[in-house]
Amino acid sequence: MAFKGLDFYRIDDLLTDEERIVRDTVRRFVDEQVLPVIDKHFEEGTFPTQLLPRMAEMGLFGANLPEEYGCANMNNIAYGLVMQELERGDSGLRSFVSVQGALVMYPIFAFGSEQQKRHWLPLLARGEKIGCFGLTEPDHGSDPGAMETRARRTDKGWVLNGTKRWITNGTIADVAIIWAKAGEEIRGFIVETDRPGFQAPEIKAKLSLRASVTSDLILDDVEVPEDSLLPETGGLKSPLMCLNQARYGIAWGGIGAAMACYDCALEYTRGRTQFDKPIAQFQLVQDKLAHMLTEITKAQLVAWRLGKLKDEGKLHFAQVSMAKRNNVWVGLETARLARDLMGANGITLEYPVFRHMCNLESVYTYEGTDHIHTLILGEYITGLPAYK
Amino acid sequence: MKIISCIKPVPDPASRLIINESKTWIKDNDLTFVASEADNYALEEALRLKEKHQGDVAILSMGGDEAARVLRSGLAMGADRAIHLLDPKFKGADEFAAAETLAKAIEKDGGADLVLAGVQSDDLGTGMTGVMLAEFLGYAHATVVIGVEADPAAKTLKVKRELEGGINETVELPFPAVLTIQFGINQPRYASLKGIMAAKKKELKAWSAADLGLSDNLVGKPGAMYEVKEVFVPERKSRVEIITGTAEEAAAKLVEKLRKEAKVI
Ligand SMILES: Cc1cc2nc3c(=O)[nH]c(=O)nc-3n(C[C@H](O)[C@H](O)[C@H](O)COP(=O)(O)OP(=O)(O)OC[C@H]3O[C@@H](n4cnc5c(N)ncnc54)[C@H](O)[C@@H]3O)c2cc1C
Ligand SMILES: Cc1cc2nc3c(=O)[nH]c(=O)nc-3n(C[C@H](O)[C@H](O)[C@H](O)COP(=O)(O)OP(=O)(O)OC[C@H]3O[C@@H](n4cnc5c(N)ncnc54)[C@H](O)[C@@H]3O)c2cc1C
Repeated sequence: MAFKGLDFYRIDDLLTDEERIVRDTVRRFVDEQVLPVIDKHFEEGTFPTQLLPRMAEMGLFGANLPEEYGCANMNNIAYGLVMQELERGDSGLRSFVSVQGALVMYPIFAFGSEQQKRHWLPLLARGEKIGCFGLTEPDHGSDPGAMETRARRTDKGWVLNGTKRWITNGTIADVAIIWAKAGEEIRGFIVETDRPGFQAPEIKAKLSLRASVTSDLILDDVEVPEDSLLPETGGLKSPLMCLNQARYGIAWGGIGAAMACYDCALEYTRGRTQFDKPIAQFQLVQDKLAHMLTEITKAQLVAWRLGKLKDEGKLHFAQVSMAKRNNVWVGLETARLARDLMGANGITLEYPVFRHMCNLESVYTYEGTDHIHTLILGEYITGLPAYK
Repeated sequence: MKIISCIKPVPDPASRLIINESKTWIKDNDLTFVASEADNYALEEALRLKEKHQGDVAILSMGGDEAARVLRSGLAMGADRAIHLLDPKFKGADEFAAAETLAKAIEKDGGADLVLAGVQSDDLGTGMTGVMLAEFLGYAHATVVIGVEADPAAKTLKVKRELEGGINETVELPFPAVLTIQFGINQPRYASLKGIMAAKKKELKAWSAADLGLSDNLVGKPGAMYEVKEVFVPERKSRVEIITGTAEEAAAKLVEKLRKEAKVI
């Protein structure tokens, strides 16, 4: 049956007609196209590439970027609702869209030349090219400023050397945004993945985000022309600005996964009888359901307000950190509690809960770990950085 | 080709329905409304016909604010313009009053080559509105349609209808015609985000009873041919009886009961 959503505080009343239509359209797409196939992809460890043409047609890639580059120019609430609904399906699908839009299209939009924008953005919006974002390295995750990948200038352009790890879409990407140090400064490069010296082996045996491709990127003397450089990039601030876009979407995604788990647990506990009663009638079970509903509602309000601030241009990155940290925690907390309430059935792929729970462990780590966002807030509050 | 597709706003099928105090309907002020499912198929069919033959697809809905939202969704899917029949006087209409009101609106809009409606609505499911609409308009009609081929030059339609028992038939109709579209005739498209943004700029006009020249006794409750006396949840009556005894005894008792109590043999 169609997902009916969760709106305890009538947050729908705060949405415009367009925002609701966007949400309901993506919701229907997830019900009809994603949920019937996602378990199989998760089990087999494959990404549902067959869904991409339809997603592109719907305009889900880079949806909040301007129309002149082939995008939908949605406001940030609508964009967030897209992320929420996709993650209700699976974090793997949401991750794909986050990477394509916020980590590949956004840096080209924000730091690219007009020519780079005109060339790449429409191709990426139409899904004719798939992108990935290479920041993390085997030895540098939370501290990307210490990256070892290097860009060396030559008379023809640049030569890139280094290894990136945990790169979403890496193996299936046509183009990679590679962050590398040119001298002491971090710069961004648009690198076609078919260039000699570029390899992207997939990381196998993941127990999380199984319906998403994660890869190593190995750059061994990869030559790129001068115009591969994103001219406006400069310093760690540039990749962090991209992450801030993606984190914004993740704050909405966490709600989607949480809603799916809550919905499933509620239905299950109403129907499941133990000790001659529906287990939903036991106080301990109700305590958990009440906790989930409360946290999801709070997360919804946080996300909505964050979207308004973003649309009004008043957003501070510490506010995004709070929302990413809180809402992913809400997702994970809800998934774990829902899992518990479903007894042994909770550990199977027959229900979406365990799948979401596994996925959210990655979401908890990527785009700034829970700790790192705590430290960002800590620095904001005290003025004292505690990273090192 | 000028096509008008009718859309009825109905409570979201996923909602929890509660009967109102007077037991005449459900409490609908807190519900979310969506397009009745069959109407989505009808609109998709209209859009495909337009893509094939060119023309204009208007969508038409009678109802309150919820109808406006449903019309916006239809515009987002690709309809060119929308007509909202909005008037407190329209409330309480049955299929007959609704059909007359819709017919007047279609006439005011200059008529159409083809009018599409759902085979039935998700809430009442009587399947009468489309047929009555055809009658009010004086158009040809076909019901339970599972395939449409139009020939705008000849102004004819070839329509496949679903009959009982897995049998279909093909009929030919002249323009103008009303078709009631069966579930599953196509796969309704997903509105694109760009389409949703573009929908904001499309025409959505509202017409009242006065605009349609309909007097008060013809619309809403006064114009209805029947009145809902009571809405209730059917009582659950499952009675299981285990007949004991040897096979012969039990069979004899069963036959007796089927004959005398159930009166089925
Ligand atoms: C499925 C998946 C997909 C990913 N996709 C991408 C991608 O597309 N592109 C990309 O560039 N990266 C991607 N990543 C990488 C991700 O961003 C990193 O994993 C993340 O930044 C954490 O780095 P790390 O794994 O090296 O952990 P580490 O940085 O080694 O952290 C390990 C632990 O130490 C803690 N820690 C580290 N420093 C501190 C400190 N100062 N104070 C307190 N605690 C600290 C962390 O919070 C964490 O708990 C992906 C990761 C996963 C799992
Ligand atoms: C991998 C695996 C292997 C297993 N192996 C075995 C085995 O070898 N042999 C065997 O016999 N069983 C086995 N089990 C079954 C296991 O013991 C049951 O799953 C467990 O007893 C819980 O029962 P349930 O799954 O039916 O959940 P339920 O009893 O339906 O419980 C679901 C939820 O309701 C809660 N609940 C139930 N009653 C109450 C109450 N009165 N008050 C408050 N909360 C309540 C539970 O705490 C839980 O959160 C196995 C399970 C798993 C997952």
